[in-house]
Amino acid sequence: MMSIDYQTLMPLFVAIPLGMSVLVQLVARRQRVLAEILTVITLLLLALMSCYSVGHSGIYHLGGWPTPVGIDMRLDALATLLLLAVNIVGLAVSLYSVDYMKLFSARSHFYSLFLLMMAGMNGVVLAGDLFNLYVFLEVATIASYALVAFGCAHEELEASFKYIVLGSLSSALILIGVALVYGITGTLNLAHIAARIAENGKDIPLLLAFGLFICGFSFKAALVPFHAWLPDAHPAAPAPVSAMLSGVLIKAVGVYVLARLAFNVFGISANELGLLRWLGLLSMVAGGLLAVGQKDIKRLFAYSSISQVGFMVLGLGLGTPLGIAGGLYHLVNHAFFKSLLFLNAGAVEYATGTRNLKHLGGLDRKLPVTAATSLVGSMSIAGIPPFSGFWSKLIIVLACIESGYYAFAAAAVLVSIVTLAYQLKVQRMAFFAVLPEALQGLRREPPMMALAMILLAMGCIALSFAVFTGLREPWLVGAAAQVLTAGIFGN
Amino acid sequence: MSTSRKLRSEGMGMTVNTVTRWLKGPILLFGIYLVLYGHITPGGGFGGGVVIASAFILITLASGERAAQQLFSKGVASRLDSTGLLIFLALGWLGTAWAGAYFYSNFIDTPEDALFTLLSGGIMPIANLALGLKVGSALFLVFTLLTAFQIAGHEVDDQQVDDQPGTDEHQAEDES
Amino acid sequence: MIYSLCLLLILIGLYGVVVSRQTLKIVICLLIMDHGIHLLLLLIGYRRAGAPPIVDPAISIAEFAGGAVDPLPQALVLTAIVIGLGVLALMVALCVRLYERFGTFDVTEIRRLRG
Repeated sequence: MMSIDYQTLMPLFVAIPLGMSVLVQLVARRQRVLAEILTVITLLLLALMSCYSVGHSGIYHLGGWPTPVGIDMRLDALATLLLLAVNIVGLAVSLYSVDYMKLFSARSHFYSLFLLMMAGMNGVVLAGDLFNLYVFLEVATIASYALVAFGCAHEELEASFKYIVLGSLSSALILIGVALVYGITGTLNLAHIAARIAENGKDIPLLLAFGLFICGFSFKAALVPFHAWLPDAHPAAPAPVSAMLSGVLIKAVGVYVLARLAFNVFGISANELGLLRWLGLLSMVAGGLLAVGQKDIKRLFAYSSISQVGFMVLGLGLGTPLGIAGGLYHLVNHAFFKSLLFLNAGAVEYATGTRNLKHLGGLDRKLPVTAATSLVGSMSIAGIPPFSGFWSKLIIVLACIESGYYAFAAAAVLVSIVTLAYQLKVQRMAFFAVLPEALQGLRREPPMMALAMILLAMGCIALSFAVFTGLREPWLVGAAAQVLTAGIFGN
Repeated sequence: MSTSRKLRSEGMGMTVNTVTRWLKGPILLFGIYLVLYGHITPGGGFGGGVVIASAFILITLASGERAAQQLFSKGVASRLDSTGLLIFLALGWLGTAWAGAYFYSNFIDTPEDALFTLLSGGIMPIANLALGLKVGSALFLVFTLLTAFQIAGHEVDDQQVDDQPGTDEHQAEDES
Repeated sequence: MIYSLCLLLILIGLYGVVVSRQTLKIVICLLIMDHGIHLLLLLIGYRRAGAPPIVDPAISIAEFAGGAVDPLPQALVLTAIVIGLGVLALMVALCVRLYERFGTFDVTEIRRLRG
């Protein structure tokens, strides 16, 4: 087995899904099975490549041009963490969609768009250059606009239209920010921008650009008050698409880029950290409270996503190594358990045809795999020990107390209790109540869907072990936090 | 309803048809010129591709949809579109595989006296060609599929509507 | 001065998006906003009395770099225009599909999702 230089892998993260997306269109447009096989193989390859890149870091100069002139791709511990989350969740979702997409027609288009979205997300994570970040961001979000509208039912079209308009507005804000940054610093490379900002300090135009970036990326990450598109877009999309959107897209193109720009490029100060903390608090509380009263499973989970993203941004906004580690650990955890919960909701919808909690019940006997994995996912997100969600929320609360923000810590604990409340509501009403008459004749869930859900549940359980010191420090979370707290990029 | 359907199948009147018959050649040629000389003069893949697509759109508007589809059908456009992107990615990958350097490195050398001529600039002309192919066929495909909807009367066109990549035309078609 | 005119164009587009009642009008106002942003990005690279950025073998590189406009924003704007084109195609297709399903272009009537 030849040893592959990890540096040559970096452009392949983007090139392989992009090429396969087009190849699926070219050869597999009428043959659905070939499209499915190609997609699953590509995602397996991507997941293996991201596992291989753990512990490595480096800069790749596209075209061989040296840094100020050319385009860079940058791999470090934070990027590795995100790549693992994106690609492994993508693998599970692609396995799931082999069976779930039987409900839809024109399936090979789905796989093309899915691969395009993966290429875009990988590109955002690996980008070392502000404009390339914007271009891959656009690729990923345009693919997701089309995927949300995939089934062309009433609610999908309406949700996708709202999503497109708000998404285009936020991309426009981001582009204005990029224009301002280029005008002031004269370069687009992230490391060079960081160096120039460190020399010259942040005057008003740069603060304006930073503010525009915060607004634009908060739209993408669905922080309150920029969250209006998410409760419509995520429930209306087909279940695998909801899992990808809620599980990885809002984090890879929202929270990750926000953290990257705030900590590594612009150099964050106390006021801006306070802004992030307050945004996080607002999202946590608003998302949690709005989730309790929902009757639709996926809409409840969508509001829950807003709440959990608030936790992450609160952790990041604390600015201390413990807080940042907690925020990043919660990011990876949420990627796994939220996608798992959305896949469960999709399995329930596939089997019963409804998403309304009032019409469901007693599914723990009829859909055993779904019920078991949903229990794992719910306990993780609610923060019950020893599951992974407990550890990440504990770290965030401890970091709040350590920095002296007792009110934030109390709010975090209260929102955790609210999370427990609505998760228990879903578990009780959907799985443990009495089976209604209409649902007597259900079959079990199809094998691929069960396999995907088991894969993600195992990932959740494996992540709960990542809190132990022997695993945490050299492994991902500690290294990622070190990247962030190291401050401005060196060359 | 019937006038727009007639317009789409038969095109516009005799004046438009005659002028188009003269103009479509030069417009297409201009688009190809923009793509080919894209590494020396302003233009390149994007602009040239748009002009090429506009030549075919002009033919569609003037002579009707059937005449344009006989020249450049939806299936052919979709395949050319995908091929263009695959050529572009292959160019990048050849930079590592063949020349042993980075992705998208310029592995074709240009001798000093051949600068600013047509066959110079390394991989850039090939990249421009791939881009022109992709943008031209993609734009024409988008135009054809968007005009295939029959809005007044909520009917979809009775022609067999084909797939297309990239944008979201999820028409309910049969699967194999 | 001219940057504030670009900003005015962007704000006009934004106002149109917020106020419009029809889906196609929202699409067109988003397009106006995009045009404003592209103009802003392009004008950042402008230099008064600058030459076009095409290399002439007669002048030296240093003189050329001192006298020509910046070509990088032109490449950025080209990419941004193509991205805008992709989003426009998607939005128009969505508007057509919305009309098929709901029978109207009016945004206030396309409101089934609540809560």
